[in-house]
Amino acid sequence: MKKYILHRVMLSVLILFCVTFLIYAMLRCLPASYVENMAMQLAMKPGAKPYEEWLTQLNASYGLDRPVLPGYLIWLKDAVRGSFGDSWKYTVPVLQKFRETIWLSFAMGAISFLLELLIAVPLGVIAATKQYSRSDYAITAGALIGISLPTFFFATILKLVFSVKLGWFDLYGLVGREYAQLDPAGKFFDMAAHLVLPIATLVIVSVGFLMRYTRTNMLEVLNADYIRTARAKGLSEKKVIRIHAFRNTLIPLVTVIGGSLPGLFAGALITETLFSIPGIGYTSYQAMLIGDIPFSMFYMTFLAVLTLAGNLLSDILYAVVDPRVRIA
Amino acid sequence: MRKREKKSGQREIETPAYSLNDDRRVRVLSPGALVVKRFLRNRLAVLGIVMLLSMFLFSFVGGLLSPYRQDQQFYRYEKQQKEFAGVVCNDAFRYLAADGQKFTSTQQAKFQLAVQRGEDSFTVQDQTYGLRQEGEDFYSIRSPGGQIIAMAFKDIVSEEEVPLSFSVRFAALKAYTGGESRFTAEGRTYTLDEEGNLWQESADGRDEAAAAGFISRFVVSPSEKGVQISRDFREQLEEAVKIGQQEMEYTGEDGETMNYRLSYDPSSMTWSVKQEKETYVYDSYAPPSRAHWLGTDTNGMDMLTRLMYGGRVSLIIGFIVVFIETVIGVILGGISGYFGKWIDNLIMRIVDVFYCIPSMPLIIILGAAMDAMRVEPMTRMVYLMLILGFLGWPGIARMVRGQILSLREQEFMTAAEACGIGIGRRIFRHLIPNVIPQLIVLCTMSLGSTIITEATLSFLGIGVKFPFASWGNIITDVNEAYVMTHYWFVWIPAGICLLIAVLGFNFAGDGLRDAFDPKMKR
Repeated sequence: MKKYILHRVMLSVLILFCVTFLIYAMLRCLPASYVENMAMQLAMKPGAKPYEEWLTQLNASYGLDRPVLPGYLIWLKDAVRGSFGDSWKYTVPVLQKFRETIWLSFAMGAISFLLELLIAVPLGVIAATKQYSRSDYAITAGALIGISLPTFFFATILKLVFSVKLGWFDLYGLVGREYAQLDPAGKFFDMAAHLVLPIATLVIVSVGFLMRYTRTNMLEVLNADYIRTARAKGLSEKKVIRIHAFRNTLIPLVTVIGGSLPGLFAGALITETLFSIPGIGYTSYQAMLIGDIPFSMFYMTFLAVLTLAGNLLSDILYAVVDPRVRIA
Repeated sequence: MRKREKKSGQREIETPAYSLNDDRRVRVLSPGALVVKRFLRNRLAVLGIVMLLSMFLFSFVGGLLSPYRQDQQFYRYEKQQKEFAGVVCNDAFRYLAADGQKFTSTQQAKFQLAVQRGEDSFTVQDQTYGLRQEGEDFYSIRSPGGQIIAMAFKDIVSEEEVPLSFSVRFAALKAYTGGESRFTAEGRTYTLDEEGNLWQESADGRDEAAAAGFISRFVVSPSEKGVQISRDFREQLEEAVKIGQQEMEYTGEDGETMNYRLSYDPSSMTWSVKQEKETYVYDSYAPPSRAHWLGTDTNGMDMLTRLMYGGRVSLIIGFIVVFIETVIGVILGGISGYFGKWIDNLIMRIVDVFYCIPSMPLIIILGAAMDAMRVEPMTRMVYLMLILGFLGWPGIARMVRGQILSLREQEFMTAAEACGIGIGRRIFRHLIPNVIPQLIVLCTMSLGSTIITEATLSFLGIGVKFPFASWGNIITDVNEAYVMTHYWFVWIPAGICLLIAVLGFNFAGDGLRDAFDPKMKR
């Protein structure tokens, strides 16, 4: 087992190198619009150097004058030591900005994931046990509608109904207008109120996948021989479902849940942007739009690490949870 | 069915049990027919197909039927209020010095003091000037020698083409304030009507009197240079101001009737006159009507037509992207699964790498870069499809490889090898067709998600760009809160189209998955 994990980790690191190099090369090949814009602005100032001089100077100071490969190696050397440089847009170290925003995104992700689990697993089990019944159709259709809903459209509808028509929540932002005057408890509830719509959007849009996953796996288990045996020996249907079927469904469920745990840190890029929630997603969206290479580089590396960690975790969990899986 | 059973039951008596007649046979369905049967029994799947068909008809046939082009702009006349003129009621003395005389500001000030105190003379620099009230708010100022050097008045005499001399003005004001309708000055006879219009009678008294000017306490000044304000208009305007009218209609010499709005500003003591003018503007955000069933968008284009063409773009992009994904995925997955060993290992590591690349951030960065480079909208669309396609194939490659790994161990592959069929044919003619069912399911589902991705990007403004319509970029207008709350027809229909299309793909894909699964009970 240890050997297997070690092997997988080594492989992941190798993949990570490839991914970061690809991303770095791609970012460097693009015209660095940010640097050009800045050089243009600086050259506009009275008595300033011409545009070309500024451009070379800025490129040199940002390390953009080196070829791609040496540039990547320098980036890698710094990154391994935990230094990702200064963000161009936010003019603070990338990691500092990251630390400021990540917990908000994690809180949002964790809460919505928990809600998803609470909704998806019971409904998925119900749909599977009553296959082809009316409730199964309703649940399946609901899950598919959730999957098919474009985030931005659903978020806008929520905004229209709950912010504009009913006036319950603000349209944008994390804090209200009177945030500064509130006491700590008030501040907390203010933030919580502002997170209701984004979390609702996240839950509705992504609950469908988990619901269908639960249903499919539950169906598979229900078709298994040991369920027929359990029924044949006269167990009550409740017991069959709860003990024999559901427990076996937990195997794929646990692996997929474990696999999505790292993803909770990824931040919801679209949803955060739609609601202007200053989490990691919205922050990096703004940075990416102006071509802030250090921040984009860091964010994409971070996402790649999360994906790899998720895959690794789910594979390991699969081996741990399912006694039939043995790794040589 | 029942009839048939009866029939066969009757015949059973006559024919031996081991008959091989047609009616004794069990009806056998081909696997394809079984799949279709299972698919059609799934109500959701059929609904999905109906949704898809309707969206295809809507986008591809609807665009042909629509009387408008996708970038045809509509205009409308809009009444806009434009500042036209300002009216001030003159309540301060104005002065006019007689020919060859001066009336300085010191003298003016002293004169005002004298008038306020009711005195009939004032002194400036040891000179005493006499003043005499000639009429209401009308004074003449005389030098110590008794000669008129200036006059002070509040009713203003405006001249027409011919300049009026001091003495004529003086006489006119005297007549006006004194309520007379006729006076003589400089050897000519003038008449005054009640409105203050001044006419000069012709010398011999035969021709009609010529307009010489008018007297009024109101000063009308046009807001824009070069605008002539006719006397008729001024008269009517003064009338309106005196009564305190809010609105006024005026028919000009060209017979055009215009509406004017009057408003009084107490702080500057002026009436401002606004002209309602019709301007030719884009018919933006027009509500649904008979001509435009879903109204118009911000550029004054027909919403329904935009939706149809947007549907084309969204669907075509979806298909092309999925096609690219499938081609790459099938080739790499097929090779990887068939050869195994180090080739498999290599290709799967490439798959891992691509799987790890965060697609959304990458596309956003590329989109922003294309914005900076001002890439043509059409080229942009091509790039978008290529990027989405090249980032999306790992899922398909994994699935194909997994299926082929198990398929290649089966007997028919041994047979194919024994027949001496080449490797390429073996992979793509014998193995891949066996993966088609799963491939169809995967492609249908990923069509849906590709359309959502494209719409999201277009919504964020980094996907399909104007002048091309896509369901995503039609909704972009909603970023303005005013549009979201006031013009539902701009974004709700586009969202619903998007939802129907994606839902159709997902329903159909789900139904296909169930239908292709031989283990399914139904």
